[in-house]
Amino acid sequence: METTAVAPSEFKNGLAAGTGIAIGYVPAALTYGLLAKSAELTFIETMSLSIFVFAGAAQYIALSLITIGTGVFEIVLTTFILNIRHFLMSAALNEKAEEEAIWKKAAYAFGITDETFSVAAMKDGTLHSSFMAGLVLISYSSWVIGSGLGFAAGNAMPSVVQESMGIALYAMFIGLLVPSLKTSWKAVLLAGTAALLNCIFTYSDALSSGWAIITSTLIASISIEAANRLRRKGSIE
Amino acid sequence: MSMTMAAIVLGMSVVTYIPRMLPFVLLKGKELPSFWQNILRNVPYATLGALIFPGVLSFHENIVFALIGAAAAFLIAFTGANIIITVLGSIGILTVLSLFM
Repeated sequence: METTAVAPSEFKNGLAAGTGIAIGYVPAALTYGLLAKSAELTFIETMSLSIFVFAGAAQYIALSLITIGTGVFEIVLTTFILNIRHFLMSAALNEKAEEEAIWKKAAYAFGITDETFSVAAMKDGTLHSSFMAGLVLISYSSWVIGSGLGFAAGNAMPSVVQESMGIALYAMFIGLLVPSLKTSWKAVLLAGTAALLNCIFTYSDALSSGWAIITSTLIASISIEAANRLRRKGSIE
Repeated sequence: MSMTMAAIVLGMSVVTYIPRMLPFVLLKGKELPSFWQNILRNVPYATLGALIFPGVLSFHENIVFALIGAAAAFLIAFTGANIIITVLGSIGILTVLSLFM
């Protein structure tokens, strides 16, 4: 394999692939910074969460729990439940990761979010650590810098733009999914089933949002694979 | 930083990193039975479906506004535009729309 020769451009490809995430993170990070300030966190505390945790939804929820005076253990447990879905995402990415030193994989694993996972999973071919480094770096920078700017800016951001930018990450998810929907009925079925299940779990309050995403994803992925296998067996025999 | 806040940051970072890292360290990849490999290949499409719905319906308090944003993103992506165009185009359409709402 010519992995060493392609490494520099893989890094650039990673940066380019992460540009959509970087844009999408800006409003989310600004909002986080604003909320952290209003929750009376210091600048250092606000930045520490973004630098060491790097998990948007968990950070929002931690802020609201801190505000209502929840204990450390409950906050950490809630974070764990919310973020355990990344286990499934990392397992899926590991299947297309190139064989490299474990420490390289363990390093880029820090940057697995819903968004970096989605972009990496939809990339053609295998995943090289240089690609992942570029993808994670641009996303992480946007998140950390945005958090700081949000804290510093106070309520300066015009609300019209802030409201419209709420679509950014969803637009990215849609942009990642639609090309597959156009060519694969299986993708339509998988996305549709998981979306429907997640709506049911969420609106019925049956599961917290972290578990709802994992459960919907697993049920859809397993049942559709099982159905596919049965159908294929039927047509071969 | 207070001790409590330091404990929160440390605890949150550990429980967030472990699920992200374990599969890469424990699984070499490709050693799972093909049925499970296929399931893991299904995961991205299913996850994207679950990440989009129902979240996209509630990023804005006005559900019509949210639906227009989702529809705009879908249509732009459907024309084959790249991700950045889809993201910026949807933001642009909603910003223009919100000036009239």
